[in-house]
Amino acid sequence: MTVAIDTLVTPDLVILDLEAPDRRAAIEAIADRLSAAGRLTDRDGFVDAVWAREQETGGTGMESGIAIPHAKHAGVTEPSVVVARVPGGVDFGAEDAPADLVFLIAAPAGADDVHVTVLSKLARRLVHQSFRTALREAPTAEAVVSILKEQIQ
Amino acid sequence: MKLVAVTACPTGIAHSAMAAEALEVAAREAGHEIEVEIQGAAGGPGISAATIAAADAVIFAVDAGVRERSRFDGLPSVEVRTRRAIDRPAEVIAEVEAAAAEAPSRTAARPSPMAAAAPAGTSPGEQFRIWLMTGVSYMLPFVVAGGILIALGFSIGGATRVTEVEDWPALSSVFDSRVQLGALLFKIGAIAFSMLVPILAGFIAFGMVDRPGIAPGVVAGLIANELGAGFLGGLAGGLLAGAVVMLLMRINVGGALSKMMPVLVYPIVGTLVTGAVLVLLIGNPIADVQSGLTDWLTDLQGTNAVLLGLLIGSMMAFDMGGPVNKAAYAFGLASLDSGNFAVMAAVMIAGMTPPLGLALATAVRPRLFTDAERESGKAAWPLGLSFITEGAIPFAAGDPLRVIPALIAGSATAAAISMAVDAQLRAPHGGIFVLGLIDGKIGYLLAGILGTAVTAAVVVGLKSVHRDQAHADAGAAPREAVTV
Repeated sequence: MTVAIDTLVTPDLVILDLEAPDRRAAIEAIADRLSAAGRLTDRDGFVDAVWAREQETGGTGMESGIAIPHAKHAGVTEPSVVVARVPGGVDFGAEDAPADLVFLIAAPAGADDVHVTVLSKLARRLVHQSFRTALREAPTAEAVVSILKEQIQ
Repeated sequence: MKLVAVTACPTGIAHSAMAAEALEVAAREAGHEIEVEIQGAAGGPGISAATIAAADAVIFAVDAGVRERSRFDGLPSVEVRTRRAIDRPAEVIAEVEAAAAEAPSRTAARPSPMAAAAPAGTSPGEQFRIWLMTGVSYMLPFVVAGGILIALGFSIGGATRVTEVEDWPALSSVFDSRVQLGALLFKIGAIAFSMLVPILAGFIAFGMVDRPGIAPGVVAGLIANELGAGFLGGLAGGLLAGAVVMLLMRINVGGALSKMMPVLVYPIVGTLVTGAVLVLLIGNPIADVQSGLTDWLTDLQGTNAVLLGLLIGSMMAFDMGGPVNKAAYAFGLASLDSGNFAVMAAVMIAGMTPPLGLALATAVRPRLFTDAERESGKAAWPLGLSFITEGAIPFAAGDPLRVIPALIAGSATAAAISMAVDAQLRAPHGGIFVLGLIDGKIGYLLAGILGTAVTAAVVVGLKSVHRDQAHADAGAAPREAVTV
């Protein structure tokens, strides 16, 4: 019944080294990756939606250095997660803690429960230090995906 | 310590799940038990009323309104944003420990009536049904009180005469005059009846958003009455009121302002927006639909009374006191108001045969029923005779695919016969107790007896066929019907 995590995030949706001067630039770069993968038809509209959610929540960054910008948008063709590592860090609204691990969650306007279930499992794993460390240290995009697959059944 | 927590965020995907995980981990590390309810898209089952009653304190880690918050009334609580629960879960746990220690020994948390009925995370269709049933269930005592008092008033003072009494009867006159005594009962009953739509609308909204929904919902129901939008208007008005308050609850305001929301903003803005939308936009179209429906059914009565009987009989039995049943009942009331007494007679007999037929079936074929059903069968006699269709629910809940068709067959039969013999009833309720008020008693009794017999026969027949599979195929049957 559930959807495997590796349909949501594929190696081409993993960015190992993202350089972004600010939050907006990071979101734009990640959205570009989604467009290139054919999972997003309205790049600008989607960026605006993610941005609006950032403003609403005061930023989706956590003290642990992760950020989970997210939006539901009609331009998203299939539920997707982009994993971006930002070695230089980028501000996502958490005090004194730039985010170096960004999970962008893109859901189509009518995302169904099975996808939501997988996404919330991912969110739950992110609370655990060991999981974050493994993702930060994974050598390749494929390794990132296989860690996710291992940890999120 | 036993803790409960609710986490919620606007999309209900990420932050609520992370906060739940962080709180679970931190609570266990601190040696506490915890159960977390995630509200929103990723919600699992809600926390049971029993767990809440046993809990020592509650944590709200929320960026959005808490659904059915009153379940937790009386528990020491701590409220934080999800981010704080994610970043500093241990601090939040320490705060809730302090809150629990400070709180005076509390009285047992009062389980809300909704706690069992509407667990978070049910499907949208199921959720919708629960909302409507909440409204209908709170409306039912008004139906019974109003209906029976009006019926009694009619039997004591005469239907025509009591309705002609204009002023409230005085103490001195009620003991002298049967008409005045009847009028007293009638007028009290009529006041109860005038609340049907407001209570329906108010408690649909209550089912959706808890207490803040009641004021906008009740006002929506009063407006629906005023506009002539009736039962349909009440359904729509209640849903509208709930939706408006739901939106207001999503507005995040910080600090002191957040305390003003339930006291000032939900009642004022909720009522204003709901009322304005109802009056200016949707009220009159709904009133047109409602009167169109009534006109259509009334026309049908002229041209094909038996067909009308079959239709309203089926509606009365379909959900045994639910929204469809009440829609048919509302049509009966509207017909009474316009001086047409045949429809009410058919509605009442169709609402009586479901419990009666099942009671009869348990008496003649007890082996086909469980012990609990046989007990329900005994209670179903007086319920059916009193026109409380809900007496059939215990049977239908266990085996809907066999029971509901049987109920529909019997009720349709009863209502069609009642229409065919043109039985007339001037009271809106009362069952066997208003038999004296009915014109065409013999035909009416016949309708009731045959309807009861049909229900009993069909349910016995259906339960006897494939009896071995009685439980196994209850879920598979609809699929077969589609593929064959």
